Amino acid sequence: MTLSHLDRLESESIHIIREVAAEFRNPVMLYSIGKDSTAMLHLACKAFAPGKPPFPLLHVDTTWKFKDMIRFRDETAARLGLDLIVHVNEEGAARGIGPFSHGSRMHTDIMKTQALKQALDRHGFDAAFGGARRDEEKSRAKERIFSLRSAAHRWDPKNQRPEPWGLYNTQLASGESVRVFPLSNWTELDVWHYIYRENIPVVPLYFSARRPVVKRDGLLIVVDDDRLPLEPGETPVGMSVRFRTLGCYPLTGAIESDAASVPDIILELMQTRRSERQGRAIDNDQVGSMEQKKQEGYF
Amino acid sequence: MPAGAGSAEPPPDVDAVLEARDGKDQLRFIICGSVDDGKSTLLGRLLHESKNVFEDQLAAAEVESRTYGTQGSAVDLALLIDGLQAEREQGITIDIAHRYFETDRRRFIAVDAPGHEQYTRNMATGASNADVALILVDARKGLLTQTRRHSHVISLMGIRRVILAVNKMDLVDYDEGRFSSIVEEYRATAGEMGIEEVGAVPVSALTGENVLAPRGGTPWYVGPTLLELLESAEIRREGTDGRFRLPVQWVNRPHPDFRGFGGTVATGCVERGMDVVAGLSGRRSTVERILGPSGELERAVPGQAVTLVLADEIDVGRGDMIGDAEHPPEIADHFAVHLIWMDTQPMLPERHYSIRLASAAGVAQITDLTHRVDIDSGGHLAAKTLDLNEIGYCKISLDRAVPFDPYSESRQTGGFVLIDRITNATVGAGVIDFALRRASNISWREMNVDKAARSRAIGQKPCVLWLTGLSGAGKSTIADRLEQKLQALDRYTYLLDGDNVRHGLNKDLGFTDQDRVENIRRIAEVARLMVDAGLIVIVSFISPFRSEREMARALVEEGEFVEIHVDTPLEICEARDPKGLYAKARKGDLVNFTGVDSPYEAPQDPELRIDTTKLSVDEAADMVIAYLESTRTGVE
Repeated sequence: MTLSHLDRLESESIHIIREVAAEFRNPVMLYSIGKDSTAMLHLACKAFAPGKPPFPLLHVDTTWKFKDMIRFRDETAARLGLDLIVHVNEEGAARGIGPFSHGSRMHTDIMKTQALKQALDRHGFDAAFGGARRDEEKSRAKERIFSLRSAAHRWDPKNQRPEPWGLYNTQLASGESVRVFPLSNWTELDVWHYIYRENIPVVPLYFSARRPVVKRDGLLIVVDDDRLPLEPGETPVGMSVRFRTLGCYPLTGAIESDAASVPDIILELMQTRRSERQGRAIDNDQVGSMEQKKQEGYF
Repeated sequence: MPAGAGSAEPPPDVDAVLEARDGKDQLRFIICGSVDDGKSTLLGRLLHESKNVFEDQLAAAEVESRTYGTQGSAVDLALLIDGLQAEREQGITIDIAHRYFETDRRRFIAVDAPGHEQYTRNMATGASNADVALILVDARKGLLTQTRRHSHVISLMGIRRVILAVNKMDLVDYDEGRFSSIVEEYRATAGEMGIEEVGAVPVSALTGENVLAPRGGTPWYVGPTLLELLESAEIRREGTDGRFRLPVQWVNRPHPDFRGFGGTVATGCVERGMDVVAGLSGRRSTVERILGPSGELERAVPGQAVTLVLADEIDVGRGDMIGDAEHPPEIADHFAVHLIWMDTQPMLPERHYSIRLASAAGVAQITDLTHRVDIDSGGHLAAKTLDLNEIGYCKISLDRAVPFDPYSESRQTGGFVLIDRITNATVGAGVIDFALRRASNISWREMNVDKAARSRAIGQKPCVLWLTGLSGAGKSTIADRLEQKLQALDRYTYLLDGDNVRHGLNKDLGFTDQDRVENIRRIAEVARLMVDAGLIVIVSFISPFRSEREMARALVEEGEFVEIHVDTPLEICEARDPKGLYAKARKGDLVNFTGVDSPYEAPQDPELRIDTTKLSVDEAADMVIAYLESTRTGVE
């Protein structure tokens, strides 16, 4: 008997998740509600079965997520019986920080990156799981599985710890923490294949449906609520669209697609000539912008 | 990632497509080469031509080529690979990157390991679980020292198969003789290093020659292209026929009725009903249940993450190893190892490092550096330390016995890393050659009269008062006054003075960094014995290195070690210069003198700091006594 490709990936991820639970004082799993997070959460449940994962989930809510995402998040935590911490940067919210009033960069920085740091500091988490994969983006390809962050949550890409034989150095100085990426070696297709094999529920936004859409800067923006200011002459049009990645609705472009099921999505992915992050407005602000955001503490 | 070439007409049956995909094997290879050999360009070419680059990624590389590109108006394919801003600006690869791609025949993980400065760090990580190494050589330059070095490291990490890509053939007019002589020379070198198989191909990353297909430049070459070599290279299937080993990661106790041992099978297979043994205790039991990721299993194989439930309640925890009862895991605390040094601070024998081996963790020290390897000649050199990127053969001793296998039998249970206890950096990676001493039958002799009994008899709680500071800071003067005062209080004391000890116990040691480490190790051991005897031990010692003071602290119990920084500015010590040593050091008559040409690492968080510019000798001694009284150390 030999293990299939997915079996190997699955076991590797479980191994990583167990290492964190065994070595760190106060770990947390970042749950962003997307397909990768959802697959990671599924793996965490397997790692500790018949028990439950010995750490809470954390969602950093920018207050601009799709309504469907929030609904799915709460249902998932309840279904699995896990502790869910929802953190909002209250100061940012009080000052009305949003992608339209303040631009995508400031919104992402304050409501996502700074909010994440606040949450990690407030709870004193020393390890935080994230669902990032190395195939997503070329600066992510440079990241270790256990990625050290300074007390100020900064990433130093030139000074990363070697990880031979999957031996992870878990020693931290006071205030330091690690970000851990159990899905490092998975690809987008692997994740969907696994969701299909394991029959894992995902947010319905991944499936094609007719949704009200406006076109902006080459992105198809789905009008999720009445906070989206329409420009003169702009009228939402019904289109069959779905999402490849999920983030803040005004910053995440949909794709035109008829893929209405997981098998449809898999077949579509095998055909595509476009990368997954093409629909993310924040990645394209400038060359190297993902790297810069990561250094500043973004996941 | 796109699915690769040839999937233009997907069959509608997703299950069949996925089954084929899931059954495809995966080759993990590490790419080694020197700066400017064209690694990133070659990998970019491989990904691009095998249709593993998305259109928007290519478009981004086109835009960046105008800023950073080196190929004129053509797209610089290296920009698809170099993920860090500094890499694109400088046109070099700084850190290791993982790339995922697939063809119709196989899927690949390419580990791009930069060939400069920190190359051992990158290569140890990349090679530790790679199947094959792809080594790049610039056809114009031929084999370089770097090529030998990289080959040595990958061989040490257990890689036996190499694909040699002789790149930039377009720049030597596709000269067959040039290619053949490089290949011949490399095969001879590789053979000496224990590399068993070398496949070679002449390529040009720039023109694409022989990457996926010939382009007409090398009509004399009829062998496989680079991609064909990668598609046919053998994948290491380790451990399936080995002995069953499961390093225990996690004890799963969700409720009183369930106790399972979580871990990933390293080698061998485990079946329900199999007799197993816990490595450390030697206690035996039977496997009652195997929980795999998707439920109950009859059998588990290497690489599989499982939870084992045993029939008996035996003592097993993280760091232990469950193994086949017929062939129990060996345990030992003293090993002969190959060690690769990856830190800018040199390896110092006798210094204490944290070690991680499978799921076990402990404290290790290099007791003997047998030799250093001269990578350029392959010869053995006498050495006292290892510097960055150097490889040595050492004896290593641990503070506890751990289950292990020789690296030649199992990479997962025979490879380890060393971690600096102060900086927390991973400083070394090593592979176990063999155990020098079986640890199974050695244990501490338990004595009937112990420290508690001795300290009761003399009516005091023992401790170490460790005075550290620059030469001339006033340590000995304060230590002497402190001992007088403690005597007056009817305390039993002993003063270990740096200078005095060097006349006897440590007279064989000089002042190099490694001798200083050994000097302090001995002092710390003597201090520990005296604490065990119930004494208040005053140590007056420059002890410049933080890690050695931490080592001394670790030898005694919590609360028994009082670090006292006798803090006097260098200028004042030098002005006092009671023994005329600073003057000698400044003239160059004395080398390795702390504060002059050897560092002093001041304590970051000492129990006490004595500022001699503000306190008299009496006040300093009284401050220590006040501390002892406040913490009830040194009194019964």
